[in-house]
Amino acid sequence: MTSLEDIRSMVTNPKFTYRQRVAGLANLAENLLDPPAVRKQCSDALSSRIICDMYEGSAPYRPRYLLPDYKKVLVNGSKFLELPPAKDLDDALAFLLIMYSATPSITGYPVYFGDLDTLLLPYVEGIVDEELYAKMKRFWISLDRMFPDAFAHTNLSPVYNRVSKMILKLERELLQVVPNISLKVDPVLTSDEYILDAVKTVFECGKPHFINDVMMQSDLGPDYAAVSCYNSLKIGGGSHTLVRINLKATVDATEGGVEPFLATTLPYYLDLTAELMESRILYLVEESHFFESNWLIAEGLLELDRFSAMFGIFGLAEAVNILMAREGSEGTYGHSSIADDLGYRITSFISAWVAERKMPYCKANNGYAFLHSQSGIDLDIGVTAGTRIPIGTEPSLISHLNTVARHHHLFQSGISDVLSFDDTAVKNPQAVVDVIRGAFKSGMRDFTFNLDSNDFIRITGYLVRKSDLAKMPSARHSSTYLGAGSVADSHVDQRIVKRVTSAESSPSTSS
Amino acid sequence: MLKAHQAQVASIIPFSWVDGPGNRFVLFLQGCNFNCLACHNPQTIPLHTPRARVMGVPEVLDDIRAAMPYISGITVSGGEATVQHEFLLELFEEIKRLPEFAHLTTFIDSNGNAPEYIWESLAPFTDGVMLDLKALDDASHIALTGSSNEVVLESIKFLDSINKLFEVRLLLVPGQNDSDEELIKTAVWLKGINPDMKIKINAFKSHGVRAAARDWPEVGESDLIRYRSIFD
Repeated sequence: MTSLEDIRSMVTNPKFTYRQRVAGLANLAENLLDPPAVRKQCSDALSSRIICDMYEGSAPYRPRYLLPDYKKVLVNGSKFLELPPAKDLDDALAFLLIMYSATPSITGYPVYFGDLDTLLLPYVEGIVDEELYAKMKRFWISLDRMFPDAFAHTNLSPVYNRVSKMILKLERELLQVVPNISLKVDPVLTSDEYILDAVKTVFECGKPHFINDVMMQSDLGPDYAAVSCYNSLKIGGGSHTLVRINLKATVDATEGGVEPFLATTLPYYLDLTAELMESRILYLVEESHFFESNWLIAEGLLELDRFSAMFGIFGLAEAVNILMAREGSEGTYGHSSIADDLGYRITSFISAWVAERKMPYCKANNGYAFLHSQSGIDLDIGVTAGTRIPIGTEPSLISHLNTVARHHHLFQSGISDVLSFDDTAVKNPQAVVDVIRGAFKSGMRDFTFNLDSNDFIRITGYLVRKSDLAKMPSARHSSTYLGAGSVADSHVDQRIVKRVTSAESSPSTSS
Repeated sequence: MLKAHQAQVASIIPFSWVDGPGNRFVLFLQGCNFNCLACHNPQTIPLHTPRARVMGVPEVLDDIRAAMPYISGITVSGGEATVQHEFLLELFEEIKRLPEFAHLTTFIDSNGNAPEYIWESLAPFTDGVMLDLKALDDASHIALTGSSNEVVLESIKFLDSINKLFEVRLLLVPGQNDSDEELIKTAVWLKGINPDMKIKINAFKSHGVRAAARDWPEVGESDLIRYRSIFD
């Protein structure tokens, strides 16, 4: 519950910008209200943080993530915004900026900017490269300055085109935190040339993520996008809420080995997680009047039937390691096939459980929540993100991929493992293309890597610049505050860097 | 006695980004017919050592399978790959014959000290050879490797003529084989064979080498700039 002191310190805190204070005050005001009612065991599990509502606020009055159908609004125009259909590129770019400023989300900034190459392609015919560059550059700078939040995310379509090429070029030039980017990779439609261009862009600025378009389409249909960190949801819909369960804490909550955990402890806490989720969805849909009043709904840019909710898990690695020790088994997650098998048994169990628990207003997944491998918040200490391998203990690249890849198909609304590469990659970008294609053949949904030597750190799925962290305590991007916490407490800057063989380690007579 | 088509294997790396194009599975065979002072892995020079693992072609193929989704191809290195050329031939023949492996490219990382008939036997199943030239000057070559470079130079010409020479690698050691005069001669000789010859410069590092070369200076930034100015 908010205190007067909380309000006073938000109003007077010199490290926050004006907008950051306004957003903070809104959150404090919301938390003066009682949260949606749940049973005592549920609120107890929440206050001990075995389950967690991501501090979304006590009275959800907008969906956590929403993905307006930008394509539709550009073609139809908007009554609410008093805008006619976009006729040319200038219209489209201005229209989009206006749209973003009128799109709610959990962060106060849009988490989805649209698949910008696809959205803009119809408007670039007849525009020469120099002109396109100038217009797109102004737009790209506007995204970062007007929506200073690294969760604001755009997607690129699988087919290399003029606009996606220009976007990657601008990314390498501008080195901005915003927008986050995912490239949808199809094994046939996406050329090596395109992936190479994107890989070289990652070398400069840590973006884009690469996502498995075939797997995504089979889970979510053709109209989907990755938003916020790496959360895959339906366009024209989104996710009401994200609630997560701390698997380490569930193991810590009781004694005993694997069998009682799977038979009793885990289902008990999964049920409480679902209860918390359900209470929040019901409040949002039935009490807040969002879906009756918001103009995005009224104009058909969002539909309730394209929403579901995200059921998050994290701390798998610690849960596995503790259970292994209790069973008297040697080996840890990422380093032992027994531990890895146990991890997969746990995620498979949760996946099956979530697929049987009806959830209200979740028609986007036929009345069920989407499973999500949640990669943590700045307050998590000693608990590893999602299904990732603990930072600082990551094994060789092939072992790393083999450990994590098999979980990916279970998590329709997103899962990611962040790989850190050294400069060996820069000299052989085709090798990275090979690994990305291999990762998707092996069933990975998302492939995210970064170069140890550039200015960017991938925190959970969003980026911060090391140079911005050095300027703390103040930051223009609200997400940089969260990143600073994760660097200090979870050591996300200390991922083991993959050096894929070197003169020093391989028995080669040359090089 | 070595059984036919079984290899003495020094080690295997499922992923390598420094042994040819793309991400590659690398098989390091044991045994080398040079004795380079600058060798980073002198333990791979003798053909027989208790540390080596004896493997047949089917076992190597099993190991490749585990890495297969992620790789462009396989590189056989050493030691000197061609010392065990019968095994190498059988391995590459199998990779090119079996449909599940057919998309992989096959590369050899070699010191070039193999006669033409070995290259001829391997050529139909080999996509490229990365060949080390330790020195163009024969006296320097003998000083560095213990052997003449006569066969190496023939290998370069032959492999280039049949379009199988992927690149020539020069391991440059300051004060040993990196004088302007020698480098210019080397560049002229290589470009004379093929003006588009791909030449890769590897910088000497003392890590792992034996006592005789441990005090040799390592290649510095200014050396590299000088090398590039000659070869680019």
